[in-house]
Amino acid sequence: MKTQRSEVSVKANPRFGGGDAVANRFFYIIALLMLSGSAHAALNVFACEPEWAALAQQLAGDKVSLYVATGALQDPHRVEARPSLIAKARHAQLVVCTGAELEVAWLPVVLRESGNNAVQPGAAGYFEAASVVHMLEVPTRLDRGDGDVHAQGNPHIQTDPRNFLPIANALSQRLMQLDAANAAEYRQRLAAFIQQWRGAIAKWEQQAAPLRGVPIVVQHKGFPYLGDWLGLKEVATLEPKPGMEPGAAHLSQVLATLQQHPAKMVLRAAYQDGRPSEWIAQRAHLAAVELPYTVGGSVAAQDLYGLFDDTVARLLAGLK
Amino acid sequence: MFKNIAMYTAAAVLLCHAAAGYAAGGNSEAAFNPAFSLILSGTYGNLQRDPALPATGFAMNPNPGHAQGFNLGESEMGISASIDPEFRGVATLALSPAGGISVENAFVQTTMLGDGLNLKFGRFFSGLGYLNEQHAHAWDFVDQPLVYAAFWGNQLGEDGVQLKWLAPTEMFVEVGAEMGKGRGFPGTDTAKNGSGAGVLFAHIGDDIGIERSWRAGVSLHQTRREKALSANVPDLPATPGGVSNSFSGDSSTVGCDFIWKYAPNGNVQANTWKVQGEYFRRRENGVLTYNLVTPGDYAVTQSGWYVQSVYQFMPRWRIGARHDRLDPGVAQVGAANAANVIGDYGYTPRRTSLMLDYSPSEFSRLRVQAAHDASRQNLPDNQFFVQYLMSLGAHGAHSY
Repeated sequence: MKTQRSEVSVKANPRFGGGDAVANRFFYIIALLMLSGSAHAALNVFACEPEWAALAQQLAGDKVSLYVATGALQDPHRVEARPSLIAKARHAQLVVCTGAELEVAWLPVVLRESGNNAVQPGAAGYFEAASVVHMLEVPTRLDRGDGDVHAQGNPHIQTDPRNFLPIANALSQRLMQLDAANAAEYRQRLAAFIQQWRGAIAKWEQQAAPLRGVPIVVQHKGFPYLGDWLGLKEVATLEPKPGMEPGAAHLSQVLATLQQHPAKMVLRAAYQDGRPSEWIAQRAHLAAVELPYTVGGSVAAQDLYGLFDDTVARLLAGLK
Repeated sequence: MFKNIAMYTAAAVLLCHAAAGYAAGGNSEAAFNPAFSLILSGTYGNLQRDPALPATGFAMNPNPGHAQGFNLGESEMGISASIDPEFRGVATLALSPAGGISVENAFVQTTMLGDGLNLKFGRFFSGLGYLNEQHAHAWDFVDQPLVYAAFWGNQLGEDGVQLKWLAPTEMFVEVGAEMGKGRGFPGTDTAKNGSGAGVLFAHIGDDIGIERSWRAGVSLHQTRREKALSANVPDLPATPGGVSNSFSGDSSTVGCDFIWKYAPNGNVQANTWKVQGEYFRRRENGVLTYNLVTPGDYAVTQSGWYVQSVYQFMPRWRIGARHDRLDPGVAQVGAANAANVIGDYGYTPRRTSLMLDYSPSEFSRLRVQAAHDASRQNLPDNQFFVQYLMSLGAHGAHSY
């Protein structure tokens, strides 16, 4: 089969063209993907995060009309249940989210207030990606003293491309169930995606071979799946507890740890404040690597393929 | 090709089954326990005046006031869960520091009506205004604005039914109606057939780009007040300590509210800024029985507003400012009581508050607040508060 790159049309947000501090970085946020003329018949999909919108786009093309609730520069844990989200959820026929409590601070209110019974948890129109992947870091004890831990495991599943295979399968099944008329196309697109994605994974794994066993520091516990995939060795975390801001005392502690167990780089997601990473990078002589984390998190991460092309490229650059 | 498809489909089916099995996995009784949360709060209040003194011209309104010195706030216990596929139940119990439990909220919500409809029944905070539905632990200041204190006794709680409808529009457009007993002020909690109070409200809201969002609303509240009793009301003969009056008549309140929020890149982690304000205007018309002896015609229009802004200048730290005003209005007092009841106080109660809060995590918050309270004529009060707010257990999502 011929390689078929995604056609996710990423809308650059004009707000980022302004003169503020972030303007020298290029931000691409999928804000609202309203697809071409046949939109009237399209299935309305409300994606909680950009990666699921990009996946739905791969699996459904113009059969879906996509709305993305969060951008790559937003912390998906901490989004507000804004009126606009409630209005969009009212129209949705399918809600695609990570689950595993990642959206617990806002999605329950959005869904409840939407008055849309097709997308309530348990309904066919509600899809949680985390429900079909093997979860890592499932806590053995639940205590808020351990910070913002998630009972079902670490929800940042989108950093391992292998997770997209079962998710694509399950999501495609769901699309076929909700829109049986187009089942043949969904089936064909799924097969094409799976085949191409497997090829891409093999390519990335080959490129990323030098990363195996490389010791890293992470700012937030957001990369266990990436580490598991590429064999990165996480030696320290800048946040003292998940979801708590890194303070000076804890950073000094990390610095001491790094003198004993040196690391190569410190990873953070595009939405995170760069200062703690830069602070430690300077003092421990590490490379500070900002990863796109999701589609739209960097100029190159314009679709799912670009997301991992760029992730691997940035990690390799950090190694030098 | 077909082989591949068949294989992936089979894999998908297996995975779906595995997932369903996982979700239904925890079959112990504990898995069905409702979400349980507890809010612990307390304040220290340093006041120069007796908090029991009402705002000038508002002696016939509630005066929730402030607690002086060290004070355990109400601990709030929240329990919520799906009842069955059709209903969800929520209860919030307030544990008073003096002992005793009061039911703050106890309502059932439909989950499967669809078509944008949400029905709620039981005891709930009315959907009027913006702040009314927020629980005390979500307030940005130690206290409610003066207009909420005097017009709604801090918050209007109702026993009744609420129906909301979200319009199928791109923009957020919501309308709602409530009928209830008239439990909270200005309702008089009268036992009678039919509805004791009614509320209508509408909200619209949207985003402006990904960084700004807003919501605006209008509300209408109506109730028939029966023998509403007020003690210590100042009067023209200037009886020491005032007199007790009783009022029966119609009360009708209109209000409008807006809130605007900003976060760079839409990321609320580092910086956020919000500005909000509300205005209420109440017309009361009926019979005032002065000193519980002399009935006479009485009508007054009172109003009040606040504007506040809260800025998160770095992660975990926020500062805020609020300005409050009340207008006691000029009452039309019938001839029977013209020589008894004060019609015109000629004073505008006002207050300015500044607050700083620090949240070590999203489950804990420490706050200091200073206020210059000029709500009582000739009795300015410089107030200082320290507050803690802690949340244990399941912490549900917050509304906008």
